[in-house]
Amino acid sequence: MVNKNPSFVGKVGNFLYLFSFLFLLWFVLTNTLNPEELFTGISISIVLSLILSNNYKKLGLPPLGIKRIEYFIMFTLVLLKEIVKANFDVAYRVLHPKLPIKPGIVIIKTELKQDIAKIILANSITLTPGTFTLDIKGNELLIHWINVRSEKKEESTKKIGERFEKYLKVVFA
Amino acid sequence: MELVGVIFTGIGVLFLLLGNFGILRLPDVYNRIQAGTKCTTFGTFFTIIGIGIIQPEWFWKCLLIAVFVLVTNPISSHAIARASKKIGVPLCDRSVVDQTKEFVEREET
Repeated sequence: MVNKNPSFVGKVGNFLYLFSFLFLLWFVLTNTLNPEELFTGISISIVLSLILSNNYKKLGLPPLGIKRIEYFIMFTLVLLKEIVKANFDVAYRVLHPKLPIKPGIVIIKTELKQDIAKIILANSITLTPGTFTLDIKGNELLIHWINVRSEKKEESTKKIGERFEKYLKVVFA
Repeated sequence: MELVGVIFTGIGVLFLLLGNFGILRLPDVYNRIQAGTKCTTFGTFFTIIGIGIIQPEWFWKCLLIAVFVLVTNPISSHAIARASKKIGVPLCDRSVVDQTKEFVEREET
């Protein structure tokens, strides 16, 4: 999967990607159009992205593509929706006089291969209603679920992981 | 503009309060982490964005801080939960299922 000799175009793409990211960060933090500040920011960004773009592959991040960005934005939107839902869910459970919880720990499976994809999946699961990740090993995740709705691995996987996995699968394909 | 900011900060503080209720009311460490993670993420997010709206020149910095909190908060709670699982903090009585054993055994074989 990992391309050992990334083509020239790929290298330039990685460089531009890192450069724009770093420069945007600089611009947000300094928050000024003063040419001296901008010049310093541009030079630092160029040096850093020259050094870092060679190690870009080691992160396990996929090369950029229109479809990947599109799916990543969709993933972010789903995630934001789930975060809002999660909060109302917790608020409801906490304020209900009888505490309607049914906690338990279940295992779910994932088909994602790269470490970084698994980290993103685990973090997203932590932020969604009633679930958070306890541990990851290989292709399995240990999940604490505040309201267990199924004890079978396949069913839990469908209920917890799938809504994110279908996007991440495309992003990290 | 200031009013919008105050409303945002108010929503954030409200959810932080709910998170505190959760930590007080829920039975064991894992359930408390559930309440802790979700409500603090959302609450901090809204509080910081609200401050950014009140002080527009801080807005982008505040957004950056908020995104940073959004990314790092789950990691810290995951670390706490994993540590408490490893030293064997028990689940509460109302728990219905615990597949940890299965998980650990599969790793050894």
